[in-house]
Amino acid sequence: MAFSRRAYLAGFRDVSPMFLGIVPFGMITGVSAVSVGLSPTEAIGMSILVFAGASQLAAIALLGQGAGVLVILLTTFMVNLRMAMYSASLAPLLAPIRAPMRAFLAYLMTDQAYGFSILTFRRDPTMPRRDYYLGVATPLWILWQFATAAGAFIGAQVPPSWQLEFAIPLTFLALLAPAIRDRPGLVAALLGGGLSLALVNLPYNLGLVLASLIGISAGTLAERIWPPASPTTGEEGAK
Amino acid sequence: MSTTLVWILFILMGLITVALRGSFIVLQDRLSLPPLIRRALTYVPQAVLAAIVAPALFSSSDVTLIGFDVRLPAAALALVVATRTKNVLATLGVGMGVLWILTAVAQRVS
Repeated sequence: MAFSRRAYLAGFRDVSPMFLGIVPFGMITGVSAVSVGLSPTEAIGMSILVFAGASQLAAIALLGQGAGVLVILLTTFMVNLRMAMYSASLAPLLAPIRAPMRAFLAYLMTDQAYGFSILTFRRDPTMPRRDYYLGVATPLWILWQFATAAGAFIGAQVPPSWQLEFAIPLTFLALLAPAIRDRPGLVAALLGGGLSLALVNLPYNLGLVLASLIGISAGTLAERIWPPASPTTGEEGAK
Repeated sequence: MSTTLVWILFILMGLITVALRGSFIVLQDRLSLPPLIRRALTYVPQAVLAAIVAPALFSSSDVTLIGFDVRLPAAALALVVATRTKNVLATLGVGMGVLWILTAVAQRVS
């Protein structure tokens, strides 16, 4: 398939308003990583290997609390589960693309890559999909790497008295607020947060896992009492 | 955690994440999600983010002012800003700002 410059630029143009949000989020992630004792090299390696902001920040928070590998991996799985939903939704649209390229596109998946692609592919079936997707996803990847690296090097210079590790829960708070769109969502958040606080002394941070699972189940059950808000594209705003 | 273990952790995190991202895109029709799971997935961000945030916000710092942990008012104000503005930078600015001011006050008082 020939490369479509037009499609790549269309994706790039659509995602460009997001650049301003990605840079500080990446820098916070880099700063947080070194605030819990990771080296800048480790912070950069994590960004390249994982490339998923919320799960990186969650892992950093857990590393800071001395959590075990298994709990961090379970948390990564849960925080990134929504990607499987995006994957299911995009799969039929990307089916004509060769498998190795599809795997590469999958590695680049973000909330934004999914959100813009699904909207554009539905509106304009003639849009060259691989190149539009790459136009959205590759600038985000590059910015994310530079921003986390910059954050890690800057964070390494900041004294601990600034308490920069507090930026981690604050950032999650800002991501959580817009994610609560209906009552079942609120139930899920209240139970997840409340139980996690109550179970904070369980070994290996298992309280986090238990609280999340109960919160998710409670939200799903609450749909029987309160109807959920209309399903969205899954666009979460920040990555 | 040792350096080697940290790198192993990051590699495993990367593998889990790429498996979730690639699941359906790579395997196509060989996978399907039951409707109940699909519905439950919509509540994953709210439950998991709240579960991560709550203990981190209420974990005690060393600094207290008239008996209260200075992180509590900082978190409470940040929560108000987060719900009103839905803006990450505004939330961070207010939360860290309040934390720094109260920490400074507490150190002057003690």
